[in-house]
Amino acid sequence: MIKLHQVSKSFNLGGIKAVDNISFSVEPGHFTVLLGGSGSGKTTTLKMINRLIERSSGDIFVNGIDVGSIDPVELRRGIGYVFQGIGLFPHLSVGANVAVTPQLLGWPKNRIDERVDELLDMVGLPTNEYRERRPRELSGGQRQRVGVARALAARPTLILMDEPFGALDPITRDALQIELKRLQRSLNLTVIMVTHDITEALLLADQIAVMNQGRLEQVGTPRELLTQPVSDYVAALTASPKRKAEQIDALLQRPMGEPSQVEMGSVGISRVALTDLSDQLRID
Amino acid sequence: MWNQFIEQLDLLPGYLSAHLTLTLVAMAGGMLICLPLALLVLRFERLQAPVLAVASLIQTIPSLALLALMVPLLGQIGFLPAIIALTAYSVLPILRNTLTGILGVDAAIIEAARGVGMRNWQILWRVQLPLASPVIIAGVRTAVVWVVGIATLSTPVGATSLGNYIFSGLQTQNHVAVLMGCMAAGLLAMLLDGLIRLLELAIVNQSRRLGTLAGIGLIGLWLVGSAPLIVVRWSADARPRVTIGGKAFTEQYLLTQLLADRFRAAGFAPQTRESLGSMVIFDALRFGEIDCYVDYSGTIWFNAMKRRDVASAPVVLAQVTEWLADTHEITVLGSLGFENAYAFAMRRDRAAELGLRTISDLARAAPSLTLGADFEFLDRPDWHSVRETYGLQFGERLQLDPTLMYQAVDEGTVDVITAFSTDARIEAYDLVLLEDARHAFPPYDAMILLSARAAEDSEIQAALEPLLGSIAEQTMRGANRMVDVERRSRSEAVAWLLEQAEMVPTD
Repeated sequence: MIKLHQVSKSFNLGGIKAVDNISFSVEPGHFTVLLGGSGSGKTTTLKMINRLIERSSGDIFVNGIDVGSIDPVELRRGIGYVFQGIGLFPHLSVGANVAVTPQLLGWPKNRIDERVDELLDMVGLPTNEYRERRPRELSGGQRQRVGVARALAARPTLILMDEPFGALDPITRDALQIELKRLQRSLNLTVIMVTHDITEALLLADQIAVMNQGRLEQVGTPRELLTQPVSDYVAALTASPKRKAEQIDALLQRPMGEPSQVEMGSVGISRVALTDLSDQLRID
Repeated sequence: MWNQFIEQLDLLPGYLSAHLTLTLVAMAGGMLICLPLALLVLRFERLQAPVLAVASLIQTIPSLALLALMVPLLGQIGFLPAIIALTAYSVLPILRNTLTGILGVDAAIIEAARGVGMRNWQILWRVQLPLASPVIIAGVRTAVVWVVGIATLSTPVGATSLGNYIFSGLQTQNHVAVLMGCMAAGLLAMLLDGLIRLLELAIVNQSRRLGTLAGIGLIGLWLVGSAPLIVVRWSADARPRVTIGGKAFTEQYLLTQLLADRFRAAGFAPQTRESLGSMVIFDALRFGEIDCYVDYSGTIWFNAMKRRDVASAPVVLAQVTEWLADTHEITVLGSLGFENAYAFAMRRDRAAELGLRTISDLARAAPSLTLGADFEFLDRPDWHSVRETYGLQFGERLQLDPTLMYQAVDEGTVDVITAFSTDARIEAYDLVLLEDARHAFPPYDAMILLSARAAEDSEIQAALEPLLGSIAEQTMRGANRMVDVERRSRSEAVAWLLEQAEMVPTD
């Protein structure tokens, strides 16, 4: 279990607090999304969990251990991290990128090799074809698959993800979201993911923590956010996907060929996701 | 031409290996300094500007001056001052590129490295250095090309290099030697640059094969280069050693070889340190780096004793001898028998046209004339003395390379030049020397100087004593003419000189 208790972060003395007194907890095996606009403090919150950023006050516990009480490097080796954009090491092969954390942990070589093969297959990059390639030879989606494999390499139970799909095209993003959800369920991973994409949050999360200007607006399940927004901000945030879902729903019930108000292209997600989305968002 | 080429080729292994050793040791030193320094500067950001400023400052010191400054600083000549100066020179490009390379690594990648659990030193070794390596290696390549070039300037501070070709070649107008030196240095620079480029490719492509190839190339080059040195070291020569110094002009090259021949005949194993600067050579003798060389009484009188007056030849010689013995434990073995003094020279027809015969005559015409002087003359006390005595005021003064001076006066670019009285080119260009009736120029008797060690060795003295008083001014000028004008080889000129001195070599 992950627990944040009255955590704050101010970057310079007396300045505005990037994160202001937030508390929430994450159940093991659950998928939590930190949702908010830019400057909301969501990425800062995520990075405080593995101490890439040190908090100014408050307590953070990972599996009952106060993160401030242990070596930050050891802490990070025990937590998977998927970076925004290209976090792969350009000078290392795909296989070497995945192998980084196990190597740092001093795993024997044959065990690392096995693990790399297993992971590349798991994220859909056949090992004999991709293992020796360089990151620059991969597409954006393939790179982020490698990023996910690297985060999983040392068998962490907690994975932190910082807008992992932000730079991908909609179709690739959709496919990766589905695979991520599958992996998270089958490996029973605890995931904390940062995004500003409300639809992504609603589709992936078991729990969403909405952040605005460093404060926590609301923590709840996707359904709770949609049905019982506690503030105007959350209500406004969820209004757009609700409206889109209703429009798409209407579109699906109309016979094909008739004109519509919504252009499919502008919604930009695949048909599979659309059905999935409307299922989830249907409010009785 | 062909014979000259063969003669020069004989010298190549020795010069090349010395040059290569200088370059590689300086480069290794530069890299050993730069990496820790770069890490220090990265750690303490405030150091960055001052450290780079100091490195740049070193670069702005003219390389020849930097090398020469090392000699009094270290109290010795030869390998060490050269290495230190060259190492200092190699620092800037390596340091700057190391910093640029490491600072240029994308911050997102550094954060990823921290995120996956790397410690700071692991980030440095596994991420920053590999990613910065192309930039760092580019710096190393720049440095190696510079160092190969600048290492040619080690010759005047007493470290053998390919510069020996260039310095002696320029002074004795041996273009084959100059060309050999330049081409060998150029090829060496290209070869080293290529090998480092290969190393870079090996790193970028993570190719063990290319890496091995580059490694073998570098080590092989060093082995081949240092083989002559090793052979010399190991061929245990039982003969006593003696080191002879020489300055960088024709007469000195000939005298150095003449002394070496005498020593060889007397059963010594002589070594020569040629093309030394005027101040460097005196320090070298004081420090015992060389055992003997030929200097001129007036030079010691003005430069070392800092005398500003002028006296007659016997007085100057006596006082110089006494002063050297008292203050520097240097022994004047004696004069060779000729003088090589400064004099003003003009084209015969031009002097006749203006009606000039003495320096007093010259003083009257000087305001409308141009003087061509060698690099040191205008700073020398000789000039002050002669200017004061005669009230000389030239219309214009040009500083020229000695070899170009004669051409300039011949072509009429300048009217009067400073010349050395034994210079063969005076005759070759049909110049006249203006008489110094008031003895404003000091006497410049050529004399053999011995270091404290050599002065105690009676065999060294015995080997050189037959030379004393044996070379007349005409003889010396004749030998100089053979090299400078007739383009004969040095060995021929020295053999002739020995013959004239009635001392046919025994071997």
